[in-house]
Amino acid sequence: MKCEELLLMLNEYVDGTVDPAICDEFEKHLAGCNPCQVVVDNIRKTITLYKDGKPYDLPIEFRERLHGFLRNRFKQAHPPGGKQP
Amino acid sequence: MTDTAVDRELVHRAKAGELAAFEELVNRYETRVYTLARRIVGQEQDAEDVTQQTFLSAMEHLDGFREEASFHTWLMRIATHAALKVIRKRRGLRTVSLEEMTEPEEGQESLPHPEFIADWRQSPEELVQRREIQRLLDETLAQLDEKHRLVFLLRDVEGMTVQETATALELSEANVKVRLLRARLQLRELLTRELGDPARRLVRPAHPV
Repeated sequence: MKCEELLLMLNEYVDGTVDPAICDEFEKHLAGCNPCQVVVDNIRKTITLYKDGKPYDLPIEFRERLHGFLRNRFKQAHPPGGKQP
Repeated sequence: MTDTAVDRELVHRAKAGELAAFEELVNRYETRVYTLARRIVGQEQDAEDVTQQTFLSAMEHLDGFREEASFHTWLMRIATHAALKVIRKRRGLRTVSLEEMTEPEEGQESLPHPEFIADWRQSPEELVQRREIQRLLDETLAQLDEKHRLVFLLRDVEGMTVQETATALELSEANVKVRLLRARLQLRELLTRELGDPARRLVRPAHPV
């Protein structure tokens, strides 16, 4: 397997969905190709960084507004004593 | 990951008119929706509008939502649509359906070739502790084409499957895979230039043809 071919199968390898036979070829190549090894490692770390990154917290004032708004709408849509027609 | 059994229960009760159940669903997902919106539309005010629109839309269409389906996927799809609507409005385009914007199958010819190849100086665990890392991540993500950024956000950040991502963006699975690969390679390149150890930069050897 050449570096170019490996590049095409990167997704599957990193996601663990690659065909076992191709996986063998992949790992054989990696064993002898440091740049490809580092690229695969870089990609894994890239994904991890974004996955584990901090989410954006809702601004407090917005969150209160949001919940208030949704509460009112929900109550309108579900008046006590039965569903809306 | 997401607790689908809890979601299912809450959806069921919300459908029956229980406000507390709906509110709990909002609590469970508001941060993820807002974060996704922020990363797609790029600024706070619009992200707030998208978030509100998303939950309003979910409320209005809850009756038609099949409880066996994934609430998480459904909600992220609504959020994505809402965010794209904002972007298109900004650009002065009439709102078109995602289907009309779908591009033909992408070829695999021009994949971004890794240029800067080097081990990173710190592990992801160490990096996420650094205060400025979030800004770097967001700035880097913003450099991608929207179509690649969207796929990466849904698949790798939100953890949706390729199939769920394809459904949410109205693309073929093949298209999702190619865009995902491009996104990952581009992000790797940009981040490695910042985070890679230049002293240990590798040059790709010429392989026999």
